[in-house]
Amino acid sequence: MSETIIQMKEVNKWFGDFQVLKDINLDVKEKQKIVVCGPSGSGKSTLIRCINRLEEHQKGQIIVDGNELSEKTKDIEKIRAEVGMVFQQFNLFPHLSILDNCTLAPIWVKKTPKKQAEELAMKQLEQVQIADQAAKFPGQLSGGQQQRAALARALCMEPKIMLFDEPTSALDPEMIKEVLDAMVNLAKAGMTMIVVTHEMGFAKEVADEVVFMDEGMIVERAKTKDFFANPKNERTKLFLSQIL
Amino acid sequence: MININVLKPTSANFQTYLYIGSGLIFISIFDVILRSFFNINFSNSLPGILNFFLPLIIGLVGFQMIRLEYSGNRIVDKINQSVNNNTFNAGLTLLIIFLTLLIIPPASNWMIFEATISGDTKEACVATEGACWTYIKVWFRRFMYGMYPNDFHWRINTAFIFLIGFAFVGYFMRGKLKNYITFYYAILYPIIAFLIINFLISGGSFGLEWVETNAWGGLSLTFIVSFFGLIFCFPLGMILALGRRSELPVIRYISIGYIEFWRGVPLITVLFMSSVMFPMFLPSDAFVDKLIRVIAAIILFEAAYVAEVIRGGLQALPRGQYDAAKSLGMGYWKMQIFVILPQALKLVIPGIANTFLALVKDTPLIFVVGLSEVVGMLQMAKTNPKWLGYAMEGYIFASILFWAICYAMSRYSQYLELKYKTER
Repeated sequence: MSETIIQMKEVNKWFGDFQVLKDINLDVKEKQKIVVCGPSGSGKSTLIRCINRLEEHQKGQIIVDGNELSEKTKDIEKIRAEVGMVFQQFNLFPHLSILDNCTLAPIWVKKTPKKQAEELAMKQLEQVQIADQAAKFPGQLSGGQQQRAALARALCMEPKIMLFDEPTSALDPEMIKEVLDAMVNLAKAGMTMIVVTHEMGFAKEVADEVVFMDEGMIVERAKTKDFFANPKNERTKLFLSQIL
Repeated sequence: MININVLKPTSANFQTYLYIGSGLIFISIFDVILRSFFNINFSNSLPGILNFFLPLIIGLVGFQMIRLEYSGNRIVDKINQSVNNNTFNAGLTLLIIFLTLLIIPPASNWMIFEATISGDTKEACVATEGACWTYIKVWFRRFMYGMYPNDFHWRINTAFIFLIGFAFVGYFMRGKLKNYITFYYAILYPIIAFLIINFLISGGSFGLEWVETNAWGGLSLTFIVSFFGLIFCFPLGMILALGRRSELPVIRYISIGYIEFWRGVPLITVLFMSSVMFPMFLPSDAFVDKLIRVIAAIILFEAAYVAEVIRGGLQALPRGQYDAAKSLGMGYWKMQIFVILPQALKLVIPGIANTFLALVKDTPLIFVVGLSEVVGMLQMAKTNPKWLGYAMEGYIFASILFWAICYAMSRYSQYLELKYKTER
């Protein structure tokens, strides 16, 4: 198989006295799709926020695309530009139109010419089927449309890796599908994805592997089929019985 | 005990009650008009206190008689809902109407009908009881231009016309030039403004005679001080606000120290220091103009307030905005300039307007260092032996000026709020 793009070794993180991540070891290969699940407070979000250093880990090693993340990392912006992220609360910039949301970073971070950036943005917006909303402001869109716009915005940076932090948890049920569909399309296009989600249907459909976390530790990691068919750990079984 | 229910209308007899009630209200207002405008009092024969309160009592009875929850008449319903929903509110309504009616005649008499504006000396005003606008007329140029030589007033006028003209340049910037609009207003415009004022008002070159800043004054000085105060305290405040939230301890503590220091001292002492103490620390041959020192002091002082207002806006932004900007690979400055500040500044427009209005109204304090803007000139004029006794006219004039300036600024800030409003 292809080469490893994210490598986490013995990663530990504390919030004050509380240890959120305990000895996390995780390798992700290129084009792999990984779903991270687990009860709330288990450290899933913190784990993926460490990958683009929105959170700093205190012990261990994180290597993203050959660059180690630490205080010494000089061009953290460069690494972040290669790692796209979609948030639970969309986090679109409310003072900019959808199109400007999508072109802001390409123009100012990647120095793409404005015209080119706009073409790319329109292409991405078409992919998620909201090209007709490009001139509107985030506040005028529905939750599902906003989340798809946020996805398009991240993709406009042409990232190598996409991180999803519970992308459907803040949505009304009827809007979840449109966002998941966009994510499935992205997965089929061959993106490397790490998705924190409770949508087990999505996990079954696209994930190569599922990681189950509890109390800051990776309890179980298995191929998707095995994970759902015969989970090994007791904690995993309990979780699955509650969620399915 | 009077049975108050007699005064309560029902839907059956409401038509009658409405006629009687509104008639009573009309009589009560008419009585006050007669009393205040024509000095006629029909109820003179009644005992003093009853005579005094008679219109109020009649009006209240009238309001009581038209108070019905739903009458079917749109105007009456509106009145009942907004000003007549209980006796207390009806009383307040009547009192406000009465007070207005009582104040109008003496005020308008003093300000307009019995006022004088003719003549050039105090003698023109001696004969009348009303306001002496002659005083304002004679001193008008002083109030506008201070002790600036009369022959050169055109220089100040031209300078202000240029300043206003250059302020509108941004409006005509189109296409590619539009990218430089912030640069123009933040950096170029202040420099242009300084040059205009330096060469035109201060003079000393191009054949224009030099006028020292001690002679500057009046409203034009108010404008100059406020103008430079506003355009420089804003960026400084912005940097301080960011500094106070910085993750670097040195920058953070410097910002906190600066803000807490300048907020803790009164402006009047700062001005005094800038004028008296500051030169002592300079080498004897160095010289910084007094006006520049004073403006610098005001900028440093107000920046601390602006910083705290902006910090309020920064704190109101959800953390997700920072996360999103960072995750797109933006560095600190790109994130602040394109994502954080535009939103934060929009939130704090009312607060900034507040601070700016306060700054404009603080400018009279520069009298402590011997600079006389419009209120300072007023003080000077009112103590002039030839014009003793007309302080009131002067203060009213100054109040109108300041109110007009501040109201214009307030309206502008409301316009900006609307312009940058987007749904969240």
